[in-house]
Amino acid sequence: MANLSMYGEMIRIRFLMMLAYRTNYYSGILIYSINIGAYYFLWQAIYGSQETLGGLSVMQMTTYVAIAWMARAFYFNNIDREIAQEIQEGKVAIEMIRPYHYLAVKTMQGLGEGLFRLLFFSVPGMFIIWLAFPIDFSNSLNVWALFFISIIFSFIVNTQINLITGILTFFLLYNTGLIRAKRVVIDLFSGLLLPISFYPIWAQDIMMFLPFQAISYIPSMIFTEGFTGAEVYSALGIQLFWALFLIIPIQFLWVIAKKQLIIQGG
Amino acid sequence: MNVIEVNKLRKEFKSYSSRSGLKGAFRDLFTRNYKVLRAVDDISLQIKEGEMVGYIGENGAGKSTTIKMLTGILTPTAGEVRVNGMDPHREREKFVRTIGVVFGQRSQLWWDIAVQESFRLLKKVYKVSDEDYNTHMKEVIETLEIEPLLDKPVRKLSLGQRMRCELAAALIHNPPLLFLDEPTIGLDVLVKMKIRAFLKEINKKYKTTILLTTHDLADIEALCDRVVLLDEGKIIYDGRLDELQKNWVEGKQVHFEFQELVEVSSLEELSKDFDVKWRPGERKNQWVATVEGDDDAVSRLMSQVMLKHAISDVKINQVSTEEIIRNIYEEGIIHG
Repeated sequence: MANLSMYGEMIRIRFLMMLAYRTNYYSGILIYSINIGAYYFLWQAIYGSQETLGGLSVMQMTTYVAIAWMARAFYFNNIDREIAQEIQEGKVAIEMIRPYHYLAVKTMQGLGEGLFRLLFFSVPGMFIIWLAFPIDFSNSLNVWALFFISIIFSFIVNTQINLITGILTFFLLYNTGLIRAKRVVIDLFSGLLLPISFYPIWAQDIMMFLPFQAISYIPSMIFTEGFTGAEVYSALGIQLFWALFLIIPIQFLWVIAKKQLIIQGG
Repeated sequence: MNVIEVNKLRKEFKSYSSRSGLKGAFRDLFTRNYKVLRAVDDISLQIKEGEMVGYIGENGAGKSTTIKMLTGILTPTAGEVRVNGMDPHREREKFVRTIGVVFGQRSQLWWDIAVQESFRLLKKVYKVSDEDYNTHMKEVIETLEIEPLLDKPVRKLSLGQRMRCELAAALIHNPPLLFLDEPTIGLDVLVKMKIRAFLKEINKKYKTTILLTTHDLADIEALCDRVVLLDEGKIIYDGRLDELQKNWVEGKQVHFEFQELVEVSSLEELSKDFDVKWRPGERKNQWVATVEGDDDAVSRLMSQVMLKHAISDVKINQVSTEEIIRNIYEEGIIHG
């Protein structure tokens, strides 16, 4: 119970920190809207006169793009960069004298960031987008519920990958390249830029074995009702599998990292 | 009861040395030269409850590394550590609740938010009850005079203001053991004195054990009865501060500042009846005499010298701790 109130406090602090820089907040909304707008027109051009592509109609595609970006506002966080920075500046020393689990705290900070964006970016942003473009929002409560379960898993899997990338800084000490590469890989392989069903079959086969589809492709497909019936549950199963599986490398790396921790700068 | 119990503690770091030149840099891509550096070399140390111990040494002597092992941040390469009856690294989460730490060069407050928000979070982190917080922290805040700073973000505080807040943050859970790593670095005299007075007070009131590292020996003189001197990872002195002063030098120092140039030979000639050593002072025409013997000898020496040479200034000093320690480092041995 006491732990819960501590994590609640962490989330609150993250809200305060996000609010401390207002310009970031406003420009964030703008960037997301521009992105969605740009992809909307891009897909309009690609579809041209065709009704469907890769099993999705134009309308589904637009909804897919809008919802994929809005979900990204929730699952996306910079904790990998923060961990890397804290290691490089030697701030982990302070984290290690606190009676909490560093990774759990980082996850909570990520959640704080995500909730902030969900409430203050996504919801107002979604409203604007809904006014501007023809988007098909499901009126089935069931779809919404499944979508929310799914983006919680998106957050977990994405955060886990961020934690792994962050912890690797303990070993590499300089990690910016890897963090950037990870970001591109996630944007590309998670289905944010392009639904996975649009990739060539051989690429799809490879991606089926990677955790990235659990981040963006699955919740977006659930929302646009690209997945139906049993497909939805097997997709959620895939997300659950990755959420559990990724705990193994994280624990493993963390134990080794703590042992050979070197504090930079005295 | 020993609060800190350290036995043959050792920490080694691997350090890479890069080869020189472009060719060397290419070779470093494939194989690297490294050597093992021993930052802390088999030290043993016991600290009792309520003690205030000064832990001093030159830069790179291994002070911070020791503190980091004692606080559970680093794992020792070899040796035993028991602090507050626990193994700091193995029982980290439980252990850190019983200590407070201040790193002078690092902030533990959240940079972008108001100080009181940091306090509030730390209160939750350490599970401090409202009651304890209100009684204990109210006092801390009053003594450190940080009440007006509480609603300001940390980035807007001056160093002295920030350091007082850091100290308060380290004491939120009223720990029985406090580690201070250079807490007065870069602070002005007034803030330093405030912090010293505060540390004395909590030591007296709560029997808080304090281990302090600093480069400012005035801190040590003001606070610590006991000093531990570290050099190249080894303890070279562990004992009372006044004993260090007593054993190292008896006698006094006299600083003469002459009006004109004076040769050392003439000074030695003048003082050949005394047990005295001359060395040039830091300023022009300044000479420092270290006189062994009683006060009488000192006054006779002074009159002898002043009869012969016109002086513009003269001072009698006890040998300062700073000087003793400088001598120890330069000569590497302990007298007495």
